[in-house]
Amino acid sequence: MKDIYVNRKYVIIGLIIVVSLILIIKMFVIQVVEDTYRMSADNNVLRYVTQYPARGLIYDRNGKLVVFNQAAYDLMVIPAQTGKMDTSLFCSDLGITKAILKEKMKSAVTYSRRAPSVFLKQISAETYAKFQEKMFMYPGFYVQPRTLRKYSRPVAAHLLGYVSEADESLIRQDPYYKPGDYIGKLGIEEAYEKELRGTRGVKIFMVDVYSRIKGSYAEGDMDTLAVQGRDIISAIDLDLQEYGERLMQNKTGSIVAIEPGTGEILALVSSPNYDPGLLVGRIRSENFTGLQADTLLPLFNRAFMASYPPGSTFKPINGLIALQEKVIYPSTRFGCDNGYLFVACHSHSSPLDLEGAIMNSCNSYFCQTYRRILENPRYASVSEAYGKWKSYLDEFGFGKKLGSEFVNELPGLIPPPSYFERFYGKNTWKALNVISLAIGQGEIGTTPMQMANMTAAIANRGYFYTPHIVKSIGSGGRIDSAFTTRHKISIDSVNFESVINGMEAAVNGGAGATARIAALQDIIVCGKTGTAENPHGEDHSVFIAFAPRDNPKIAIAVYVENAGFGATYAAPVASLIIEKYLKGEISEANKWQEQRILELNLINKLPAIETEH
Amino acid sequence: MKRSINIWQGIDKISILLFLVLVIMGWFNIYAAVYNEDHKGIFDLSQRYGKQFIWILASLVLAVFIVIIDTRFYFFFAWLIYGGLIFLLMLVLILGKDINGARSWFEFGQVSFQPSEFAKFGTALVLADFLNKRRHELTKLKVIIPSAAIILLPAILTALQPDLGSTVVFFSFFVVLYREGMSPFIFVSGLLMLVLFFFTLLINDIYLEIGIIVIAFLLTWLVTRKWKVFVTGLGIFLFISGALYVLDHFVINSLGNKLVILLSLILSGIAFAYYIYQKKAISVLIIYLFLLGSIIYIDSVDYGYSHLLKPHQRERVEIMLGFKSDPHGTGYNVNQSMISIGSGGMTGKGYLQGTQTKFKFVPAQSTDFIFCTIGEEWGFLGSVTVVGLYLFLLLRLIMLAERQRSVFSRIYGYGVVSILFTHFFINIGMAIGLVPVIGIPLPFLSYGGSSLWGFTILLFIFLRLDASRTEYLV
Ligand SMILES: [Zn+2]
Repeated sequence: MKDIYVNRKYVIIGLIIVVSLILIIKMFVIQVVEDTYRMSADNNVLRYVTQYPARGLIYDRNGKLVVFNQAAYDLMVIPAQTGKMDTSLFCSDLGITKAILKEKMKSAVTYSRRAPSVFLKQISAETYAKFQEKMFMYPGFYVQPRTLRKYSRPVAAHLLGYVSEADESLIRQDPYYKPGDYIGKLGIEEAYEKELRGTRGVKIFMVDVYSRIKGSYAEGDMDTLAVQGRDIISAIDLDLQEYGERLMQNKTGSIVAIEPGTGEILALVSSPNYDPGLLVGRIRSENFTGLQADTLLPLFNRAFMASYPPGSTFKPINGLIALQEKVIYPSTRFGCDNGYLFVACHSHSSPLDLEGAIMNSCNSYFCQTYRRILENPRYASVSEAYGKWKSYLDEFGFGKKLGSEFVNELPGLIPPPSYFERFYGKNTWKALNVISLAIGQGEIGTTPMQMANMTAAIANRGYFYTPHIVKSIGSGGRIDSAFTTRHKISIDSVNFESVINGMEAAVNGGAGATARIAALQDIIVCGKTGTAENPHGEDHSVFIAFAPRDNPKIAIAVYVENAGFGATYAAPVASLIIEKYLKGEISEANKWQEQRILELNLINKLPAIETEH
Repeated sequence: MKRSINIWQGIDKISILLFLVLVIMGWFNIYAAVYNEDHKGIFDLSQRYGKQFIWILASLVLAVFIVIIDTRFYFFFAWLIYGGLIFLLMLVLILGKDINGARSWFEFGQVSFQPSEFAKFGTALVLADFLNKRRHELTKLKVIIPSAAIILLPAILTALQPDLGSTVVFFSFFVVLYREGMSPFIFVSGLLMLVLFFFTLLINDIYLEIGIIVIAFLLTWLVTRKWKVFVTGLGIFLFISGALYVLDHFVINSLGNKLVILLSLILSGIAFAYYIYQKKAISVLIIYLFLLGSIIYIDSVDYGYSHLLKPHQRERVEIMLGFKSDPHGTGYNVNQSMISIGSGGMTGKGYLQGTQTKFKFVPAQSTDFIFCTIGEEWGFLGSVTVVGLYLFLLLRLIMLAERQRSVFSRIYGYGVVSILFTHFFINIGMAIGLVPVIGIPLPFLSYGGSSLWGFTILLFIFLRLDASRTEYLV
């Protein structure tokens, strides 16, 4: 067994020696020969100044600027580089006491002696100017330019979100963030953080012992440039958003308006709200605590974090399911004797067909329709029929998160059949046990955004796009394809026409129409009133609508809490929003309505708000 | 007890000493890299140096166990160990924790575990076992192909994570095949493929292909030393390619320059074949085949790269290879790393006196960039010492490998050498800007339990085999 290849070991040994020599030569070059990398290390130090990129701007759908940046300055310190200085002068320049100086220095040293830490956040431009001249007197200190958010109008706080400093747990999770970095929280700022934040750069300076900059290190070859964040074109209409917030002032509730053809959110109001400028800069933490303590919960976004029983606004969808399941036809009539079994109804002409029932919002009609859905002989049991009913609701986006950019949106609640089986027995539960679902009351919860989305799906006659708040990223940057995917609902479009007839009649019909208050002069609004039962006080006024009937441009859901019947307040609010959006202004005929809403104050009669978490 | 005493006597003390020096050096430098005034104790368990201390202790225990275990264990269980580790490499693709887009680590609460670090010794064992009886046939494809498969399986699995560093490391096992008799042509082809792969992504393909053709003709002249052959060959090629180029440019208009080059080369090949056949010019044939193979390879790499990969995958590969500077990724790291090392000068700034690494501007400075701390604080002298220690260890291991009477032990030994050498070269090379940044640890020095244990097992199995080299003649 002679090893004929034994000499190959010399090739391998040679390779290893040559490679080692190459490494040593390269080390010799960068460590001994070249002085680009070498510094007279005795008294010169490098200072790394982070180049913070400007955060991307946010525009509305018409190109109006919504969020932009303003300059701010952080005073930084590197404890190891500090030296003798006139502390009294220093303190008076900055307007701080010596105790504060001592305390801030201590915390800086605790963080690191050699790495920079923020000494004083966001000093004013005047202080900055004064300080800049005397910088040489304060070794180890320098000023780091930053940017802060500024808002063109004090609106849309909920959907914009805010920017705050990255906290420690986040820094540990995501290696991108360093102490002192800003990060978007909630709304667009959080959802599009990666696009908005841009990329940090770093400039390296040589600094002498007196903290004086001696010039760029290695002629700037080692610097990296900051890359500005990308701008966001939001889907909202800033004027409409502002108008919606004005209408909702002194009330609690929400408005969600969607463009049915795209799923773009035109306005998203949650009232009470706050000025987004309150959560910027040094005043942020104090204001945040104040807003958190407010019993009206201004930080709470009702538009997709509050879930209510939908009430009568659920009747159109039950009508649609019944038509699709062929348990009723548009011409099917049911009588109403001021109610059905234990569910009461108001007086109106009787019997009614589907269109009349939607127009009059007849409870009896929909109880009987719902019984037919659940007792459909095509299904073996009530459980199975209920499961089928729930599957339609799934398609509309109920009982689950819609998947908008808002991570904290509520799924709402549509219980599975097993929920009722547990309550009423697996094979013994009956349609009558859950008959209140026929009129949107009972064990279900939906968010205003889900209702607006359902309305958009009805307006489109059977499909929708997931509601989203951003139109494009930068100029022409595509948004997530999840928002441009059409969700088809398995209900025939002809069935939608019958239900839409009823919704048109509810607003524009003759005697008995429940939402005539929402009618507009030359726009056909299709709508449905609703009253969300509130066990803790007066019911919530709800209205869903879209307009115009053909080729709809806006679908809307309005919730006014503790305002009673849907037609009283929610319907006029929706009508005003629709008119404002489609016409640009409010007609003379509707001015009194606008005045009435603006002056309405429901805040004082408010008990605690019921919300599902 | 007599036998184990023999083992301790027979084990190579020099290698163990080098191992201990490197491990302790690593520990002190990790301390310097993450030095923190609040946690001054080098045993502080909340800090990386404290944890590294625990891992060092554990690896010593591990080393003792390996030395006590009978060598037959490794022969019998080689395939089982390899199979188990391959299974873990597959499992980590599914259950691994996603860190920066790669699934390389299992995570159980506080403890993380990187299977690729262990797969290296498993692969070395199986390769040794497989080639033990078959090494004389390493010139034949029926042995080369399964040997390559043993190496490529873990290489592909790590590439899927993706962990390019480990993939490259597995490729270094081909050095072992070369040592045991695989044709240097295959070895050179492999190296050529690797180099061409980088160049294809780096340079305009046309220039690359023209450059290779020029080199091929120069080689032909060098081999034949006949001007007539050289000029005629070049003339034929230039004539055909010129004609094709004109044809494509004015008539067909759809071939493109790359296809023109490929077609000219194939057509000229027919003319060359006559000469090769007449003169039995094997060397010219080899050069021609290499040339043709390279051009086809470049075209297919380019096609695969630009058509099969998605844009974001391309970007990731480019950043990983260091072609594209990601302001906060690799390009930035290399700059910072070179500043640190360069600022060390001849003698360094002194232990714990480094300023650059303390700024926390070099990421991964206790793992993949541990060499920064050494370069900055110990200067050129310290850096050369570290290179010297590795060189010494590698040459010592080659010497040990060559004195084995058992083929199994020798092959395993060369496996150890290949792995350590690749890690050593790539890790230090990337810290000084010589090699693209593909994050792999510096053996024994870098922070991390998985890598330290992986290398300890790798090395000590070999030292154990060496200690009993007189016992078996497997
Ligand atoms: Zn009725």
